[in-house]
Parts: sequence; structure tokens; C-alpha cells
Amino acid sequence: MNTRLLPFYATLLICALAYTACVMQFPAMLSTRVAGNLLTDNAFLGIAAVGMTFVILSGGIDLSVGSVIAFTGVLLAVLITKYGVHPLAAFAMALVITTTFGAIMGFIIYYLDVPAFIVTLAGMFLMRGMCFVMTTDSIPINHEFYSMLQGMYYRLPGGGRLTFIGCLMVLVFLVGIMMAHFSKFGSYIYAIGGNRTSAELMGIPVARTTIAIYALSGFLSGLAGIVFSLYTSAGYSLAAVGVELDTIAAVVIGGTLLTGGVGYVAGTFVGVIIQGIIQTYIVFDGSLSSWWTKIVVGALLFAFIALQRILVFLSTRRAMVNATS
Amino acid sequence: MSFMKRILLASTVAMSFAGAASASDLTVGFSQIGSESGWRAAETSVSKIEAKKRSIDLKIADAQQKQENQIKAIRGFVAQGVDAIFVAPVVATGWDTVLAEAKEAEIPVILLDRTIETANNDLYLTAVTSDTVHEGKVAGDWLVKTTAGKPCNVVELQGTVGSSPAINRKKGFEEGIASASNIKITRSQTGDFTRAKGKEVMEGFLKAENGGKNICALYAHNDDMAVGAIQAIKEAGLKPGKDILVVSIDAVPDIFKAMSEGEANATVELTPNMAGPAFDALKAYKDSGKAPPKWIQTESKLYTQADDPKKVYEEKKGLGY
Repeated sequence: MNTRLLPFYATLLICALAYTACVMQFPAMLSTRVAGNLLTDNAFLGIAAVGMTFVILSGGIDLSVGSVIAFTGVLLAVLITKYGVHPLAAFAMALVITTTFGAIMGFIIYYLDVPAFIVTLAGMFLMRGMCFVMTTDSIPINHEFYSMLQGMYYRLPGGGRLTFIGCLMVLVFLVGIMMAHFSKFGSYIYAIGGNRTSAELMGIPVARTTIAIYALSGFLSGLAGIVFSLYTSAGYSLAAVGVELDTIAAVVIGGTLLTGGVGYVAGTFVGVIIQGIIQTYIVFDGSLSSWWTKIVVGALLFAFIALQRILVFLSTRRAMVNATS
Repeated sequence: MSFMKRILLASTVAMSFAGAASASDLTVGFSQIGSESGWRAAETSVSKIEAKKRSIDLKIADAQQKQENQIKAIRGFVAQGVDAIFVAPVVATGWDTVLAEAKEAEIPVILLDRTIETANNDLYLTAVTSDTVHEGKVAGDWLVKTTAGKPCNVVELQGTVGSSPAINRKKGFEEGIASASNIKITRSQTGDFTRAKGKEVMEGFLKAENGGKNICALYAHNDDMAVGAIQAIKEAGLKPGKDILVVSIDAVPDIFKAMSEGEANATVELTPNMAGPAFDALKAYKDSGKAPPKWIQTESKLYTQADDPKKVYEEKKGLGY
């Protein structure tokens, strides 16, 4: 069996076990409502996590995600409510800004050779600050176009709703999987994450790819921000605080190596769903402190990082044994 | 095969357990903001007590100050098929979609402690909140009655500038004393709702008013500032509660301690029991189908030294303030 796939299988197994355990205790969790909610409620998280998967696969990190989501939400609210811009035009403007912002961060990371952690940390503060420059209030968005998008859903048997934003997340994941495994860009990312020096020597355009990775993460964060603003129909400067950490958790639980080069976009989807299941369980139980979500996610993270270290250790030892024999 | 059977068996057992657990008449989901203040924590524990009294199964989801968590919790409650949902909304906007889902599932929603901005008021059954203007008025009325026509100069410690409780509690107090020409507010400054700032500002008042000799009463927008100010009065060599009357709002345990020691005179309660009236309205609605009024005002009860503050302190201490 391919040891690289092992973390992914472990994630799938944990997800299945967790869901079964939940259903045993609360049979109502086996409903299309819960399934629909898992997609709708985690749509913004999932979309941002796809971008984060690419960034981490390349050996980097993007801490600006949560702030970019809040920035997009506030920008949309200001543009639509105060300036009367049509939501579609506002969406386009927001995506252009966030993509450019991501590209600039990628540019600095590559050409100035600053660690991604520092650059995106600065980006996080910058974007959060920009929110407060625009407004400190929570601005409601009342627009027919918003109501239309929010009203777009397919009713599943049993009352569940397959919403527009839930479907959008699934679509983003499908495109992400195609990009990671069936495109040149995807193979470049894996190569850079595996070993940047050898990737350079192989003639891979590292500069262009690095900028593209962070631009993609910026774009997807912007898209997540649009979804978030559809989700709450409001723009609020303090929204989505710490979402970047939730996405990193989803990526790692999904079996992607934090050092880069190994991982699957599909695993991230399972990682997002696991977090959603834990939250749903806590709501169903109704007596547990909601901080248990963080505790369980923390424990899972530890377990997965340990699992990854063991796998890396085993594979290097096997390689050494093979080399000496 | 036998594994599958075992799972099936286990789930039927689990189902029958779930059936037994829902033997109480109602299941209510409560999406609470978090536990950012002592009052909020007390509200959560009082809600649990009130639910138990009525044998209602109350499920509480703590949102950690995040709206997205509250929306998720509400959706979760809808999926669970609870009988009603209580929400203490963290912000005023952005609730229309999720409340429409609850409405479609025919689950009534009751807002606690805060209201929301929405174009469609049918999305919630009723809102249970206190009237902060009325709180100020109760404090003012008490002072009018206590001074009984004797001239009285009042200093006022305001809450955070621009916050709605500060604006409303000031307005209400002024309404309360409007009829009494003997009472005048001579100084009014913000103490930011905190103990430290309350003390500091009171020290300034005392110095400016001839060592406190020209002050007859203190009105503080919350108890915490009053507790700080009491300290300042004592340090200035005066007796709080006698030389300077102290009246404030909120009714947190510490002010009852001060009252039992004779250092504070009165407080107006911002009750943490928002869930009790909500449960009653809900039961009436479920039994008779009659919708309650859109706004249920909680009682703003006045406590003075005559109300056995020591006993109230003991009662309130355990609520998590």
C-alpha cells in the first residue's frame, strides 16, 4: 500500500467512525438536513481551505485568509449599500483586489526571500486594519440579488437543503482536485513543496508558480469572503477571526504534510467535514461546552502530525535499509 | 453480516434511549453569545435553572462571540427538530436567511436580551429584553422619594460614551427626577462601566465639590462603577450610603455586599432571567396558539437596604457573575 495515502485513509476512517458514533447517539443526525447543513455551514471554510491546501503543499503558509474573508465582506457591504454597486460588479472588484493582494504577497515571498509566515502575518494585520478603516459597524446587505442567491437551493427529500454556497464549495473542491492532480501547475506545486532546489534545477518556473499559488489563495479567500457575506448577509470587521487556523487544521487533518510536497485536496474536504461533524454533535448534545470543538480538533491535529512523523521516519529508514543492502 | 446486525441493534437501542430522554414536554435550543461578562454567565445558569423548573430539555450552544457559530447552532437545532429556539444575537444584522429556515420548519424563535434588525418581524415570535430607559427612571424615582423634597446635588457616573445603555440610563434617570426641582445633576462624566475608572472619576468629583461636602447622592450607570466610587468616598473620609447616597443599576452580587454593609443604598436589577418569561410565553403559545406581544419587557426590580441584601448576595453568588 502506498504509505503516502495512509494519512488520507486514516482521515476517511475517522470521519466515518465519528459520523457513525454520532448517528448512534442521535439518530436525527442521519438526515439530509444535517448533510445539507454540513455543506452550507462550512462552505466558506472549505473554499478557503482549498487555497490553503495548495499553499501548504508548496511548503508555505497563508495566515491572511481570515482577514481577507472579513475584508471582502466589509468591502461588499460598503460597495453595495453605500455606493449602490450591483453585487456582481462588487464581487468582481473584490476578487480582483484579493487576487492581486495574494499575488503581491507571493512576489515578496519569492523575490525578497522573506518567510511566508512573516509576509502573510503582515498581510493579515493589513487586511484586518483595512476593514476598520472602511467601517467599524456591522453593515447589513439588503439586495434582491442577495436574496435571490440565498433563496437558490435544491430541496432534498427529508427537508435538507442543497444551497448555492454549499454546491459552490463542492465545485471548488472538484476543480481543486483536477488542478492538483491533472495539471502542470499542480505538478509544479508538488515539486516545489517536495524540494525547491531540485525543482529549480529541473527548470520549473518557481517564481511564477509561487506568485500564482498565493494569488490563487487570495482569490479563493475572496470567494470565501463572498460566500461568507451571502451566509450572514452582512459585512462585519470582526468576522472570521481565526478562520485561517481552522483551514490549516482542516488541511493537516486531511493528511497534507505541513512541510509540503505530500497531500490531497480531497483529504482537506474530509478534514472540513470532520470539524463540521464535531460542531454538529456539540449542538445536538446541548450540554457540552462548545470549546470541545477546539479541544477535539487540537487532539486530532496532534495525532495526525505524530502519524506523519512516524510515516516519514519509517520511509526514510526503509530507504536507508534499501541503500545499504 | 453480524457486524451490521450489531450496528443496527445498537442504533435501535440508542433510538429508544433518545425516545426516553425526550419524555419532558418541550425541547428548546438556546444559542447563547458566549460568556464574555459575569452577567452573561449568570444568564446562562439562570436559563438552566428555569428550564429545569418547568422540566424543559434545554440545549445550550455557546457561540464564542461569533455570528457564524450562532447561525450553525440555529441550523443544527432546526435539523434536530427542537420545539423552539432561543437566540441572544451577537450582532443585530444578518439573521434573515437562517430564521426563515426555522420559520419554514415551523419552529418558533424567541430573542433574548437583544433584538435584531430585520425587514420581516414575523421571523421571530417575540423578544424578551429589559428597558434600559425604564431602569434609569426607577433609579431616579427612588432618589426623588428618598430625598423627599430636600435639596440634593447629584453626581453621575456614565457608562461607555455612545453605548446604548449609557444613553438610555441617563435619559431615564433625567425623566425620573424631572418632576423634582430639589434634585440637580451637578456633574456627569463617563466611568466606562469599569470599577477602576469609576473610582478615579469619583475622586475627581470629590475634589471639585469641596471634598464631597456639596454632593448629596451618586448615580452610577452600573454597579461596578458604584463599587469603585464607594472606595473613593471612603478614602476621602466620608461615609458612603450616609453622607453620600449611592444608587446604581445591574444588581450584581458585589453591590449587595456593599448594601449589607450600609455603603450603598439602592440598585435596579437588570435581571439575568430572560429565559423564564420566554419559556412562559412559549408554553402559552404552544397550548393556546395565541402569539405573545412582539416585545416582552423584563421587570426592573428595585433593591434597597430593606430587602435583606445579605440573603440576595448569597443567592446571586453561585450564578457565575
